[in-house]
Order: sequence, then structure tokens, then C-alpha cells
Amino acid sequence: MEKPSAGLWRKIKPRYNLVGSQCKKCGSTYFPPRIVCKNCGRESRMEDRQFAGDGEVVSFTTIRVPPDTFKDEAPYIVGIIKLSEGPNVEGHIIDNGRKVEVGTKVKAAFRRMYVDGEEGLIYYHYKFEPI
Amino acid sequence: MSGIVGYGAHVPIYRIKVEEIAKVWGEDADAIKSGLNIREKSVPGRDEDAATIAVEAARRAVRHSGINPKEMGAVYVGSESHPYAVKPTATVVIESIGASSSVMAADLEFACKAGTAGIQAAMGLVDSGMIKYGMSIGADTSQGRPGDALEYTASAGGAAFIVGKDKHEVIANILKTVSYTSDTPDFWRREGAMFPTHSGRFTGEPGYFRHITGATKLMLETTGFKPVDFTYAVFHQPNGKFPMVVAKQLGFTEKQIEPGLLTPVIGNTYSGASMLGLASTLDVAKPGERILVTSFGSGAGSDSFIIEATENIDAKRGMATKVRGLIDSNKMYIDYATYLKDKDFIKGR
Repeated sequence: MEKPSAGLWRKIKPRYNLVGSQCKKCGSTYFPPRIVCKNCGRESRMEDRQFAGDGEVVSFTTIRVPPDTFKDEAPYIVGIIKLSEGPNVEGHIIDNGRKVEVGTKVKAAFRRMYVDGEEGLIYYHYKFEPI
Repeated sequence: MSGIVGYGAHVPIYRIKVEEIAKVWGEDADAIKSGLNIREKSVPGRDEDAATIAVEAARRAVRHSGINPKEMGAVYVGSESHPYAVKPTATVVIESIGASSSVMAADLEFACKAGTAGIQAAMGLVDSGMIKYGMSIGADTSQGRPGDALEYTASAGGAAFIVGKDKHEVIANILKTVSYTSDTPDFWRREGAMFPTHSGRFTGEPGYFRHITGATKLMLETTGFKPVDFTYAVFHQPNGKFPMVVAKQLGFTEKQIEPGLLTPVIGNTYSGASMLGLASTLDVAKPGERILVTSFGSGAGSDSFIIEATENIDAKRGMATKVRGLIDSNKMYIDYATYLKDKDFIKGR
């Protein structure tokens, strides 16, 4: 049974282009996007903010027992990336032969995250590539 | 007159050597390497397809051009490996480059030349004033049946070109384009088939050579240019040998085709092949230098272009991601078993 398409469609901007949000009042940045700023509450004035995709690894782990969705990908690395504009983002880290450590510089790349069965949608997503 | 305002490329980092494939099928690697003039080919990662390659190339093209993607009036993606049978690759591209919704978009297919057909469409729209900028991308993750000769060459990669006509932005004018097309069944893949079928040697003379020669001769006859008037030439490169043979037949030298001859190190990127060759040539072209490009798509047809670098090419060079750098800077060799796994060719999984 394929998943409905609305979930994919709603998240295209953050998933393709790292579009999060920023509070115009205090400058705080968020990813994924938030409707209300954690600092400013009801005073918050949120707008879209596209992040450049440069960052560094804060933490990472190698997944060896994957969920079914990623069963042919394992082993693969998932990490928390601190983007140059501030927010921490969770993401897959591409194996390009470069060693991944805390502090490794990465940049965002555009990749396929998973394919929904034989006939469902293809989910495209940012991943991070060590540089 | 329209011209190129920016370009970008993408080649996956994974590579498989001819020796690795040949040893599985008991073939002579040295004979294949010299016969096809190919050493290794690119292989897409499990998470790459024609859409991701198109997006990576398109983003680099937008960055190189310096244009506002909201002003992009048309996006065409040429490929024979579009990820969906029905649902455009071009819409993934427009969203990922930040284009507006008032953009013409479509996927094209003409074997290995759909990307250059898209450049011609973009030129028409730009020259007529219907749009300010148009982008065409050629991107493929091509298929070669295990054990077939194509397995040594069928690879992955792509390039994107943005066409505009503001003389302050154009890095290379497109002086003219012509095509040579006929109904020639040299190579095909039916709906739902995993792998293409080809007519063996028939793909050479009536397919590749007739059409490349037909388009190039038509171009030279109608413009009065001679091979010596070009600093560089790029011909479609299904292997490393054919472009060298056709260049010689047409009166071009090995030196002229050298910067754009990438198949020996990345394989045949199909819709990406002649466009990556052009991108790699523009990486080194100086103002005033002329490039002749002739693509080829089975089925069959060739698009020929005369491209002349302008003074702006040097100013924008710093923003370009060099194709040779992209190919050489980071690559990972994989063995044949990994190749089969990544291509989902292993039965019983």
C-alpha cells in the first residue's frame, strides 16, 4: 500500500532546499521550520529562511540494523549537523570515502531518500556530504 | 542572439574499472580498453538517479550564471532514465533551484541527445523574447545489460546549460544550430524493459557516423566554416573511440577534441555525454575561441552547434565547478558485486 502524496508535497521546501524559519524579532533560526519562536512566543514574527547547507558534524552514528525503508542502504551514517547559520539538523551523511568525525565539514547534497514500494513515490531529500 | 550564461555538471563519485567487469565475463580487459578507449566508468550511488544528477548540475549552473532563478522561463530535462514513467523530472528541478511557478517545463527523450534538443528549444524561446532565460539539462543513469558490451560504458552523469541573450551575461554565443534526423532503429528500449537493445555494429555506420557526419557537414556547408576555424570540437562519445574516428573523418584533430573527451574516464553518460564534453571544453576556452559541438541520439539524430566564447567567460570562471576537477577530485572504486547490489541486479533479495 503506497503512502498518500500530501505528506511529501507539504515538505518539499525543507526537504529539497533546507528551507527553515527565522524570527524577524530576535533573529533565531530553526530547522525544521517553526510557526512560533521559542524565545519570543506570541511576539514572534516568523519568515522562511533558506539555509546554505554548509555545516559541521556535531554527532553521528552508523546504522547497521536499519528500518525496512533503508534495508539495502546499511551500513549508513546518520548525524546531527550544525549549519553555519545556527540550527542543528539531522541528516544522512553520504559515504564518499572521506572519514566522518565530530567536526567534519559537510555540505548539503540532493539525493533520493527512499522509494515507496514498487509503484509509490520517490522521496527526494537533502543529505550531507563530507568535504 | 542567444548564448550560454552559465553551466554546471555532476558526475557520481563511484567508479568501476574495465578490468573488474571483464574478469567476471572472462573477457580480455586490455582488448576492451584499447578497442573502446575506456578505462573506467562512473556508477550512480544507490541514492542517485537522473533527477538528483539533474538537480546537482542545475544548481551549479544557476550559481555559475549568477542569475535570479525566479527569472527562469523554461526548464527542460533530457534523459532516457527519467525516474518516473509519468511525473516529470523537470518539476523536481524547478523546485530545487528556486524557480517561480511561472515556468515552462517538460521532460524530453531522444536517447543521448535530448539535452541538446532542449538547448535548441530554449534558444528559440529566448531569441523570440518569450522568456528571459531557459535551462536545458541532459542527465542519465544509463542501463547496460550484464554481460553486454554496453556494460563497459553505460554510466551516469549530467550537465545543465542556461541560455540567455543579455550580452553582459553571455559567456559563449551560440552562433548557429542545425539538426540531422532520420528514423533509424539502431538502439531502443521498450516501455517497461529494464535494458536497451542495440543492433550491434549497425549502431555505428547508419547510426552514429551517418548522423554526426550529416549534421556537422550541414553546419560547415551552411556557415562556410572549416574544421581549422574551431579551437575545439565535441562529438557524442558512446565510447572513447567513435568520437576520435568521426573527428578524423571530418577533418578535426585529436587536440581539438581532447578537452571534451571524457568517456575514457567516466564512460558514456548518454544525455549527459556531449553536454559534459561541452562544459569541460568551456572550462578551458578563452574569449573568441570557437567550439563545434555535435550530439547524437539513437533513433536517430544529431544536433550541431557553433559556440564562441565571449569576454565574459573569464570573469565568471571562478564560479564554475570545473568538470575535470569534479571527475578527478573524489572518486571511489567499487567491485562488481557492489555494482550489482547498487544496481539492484541481485536476485532473491
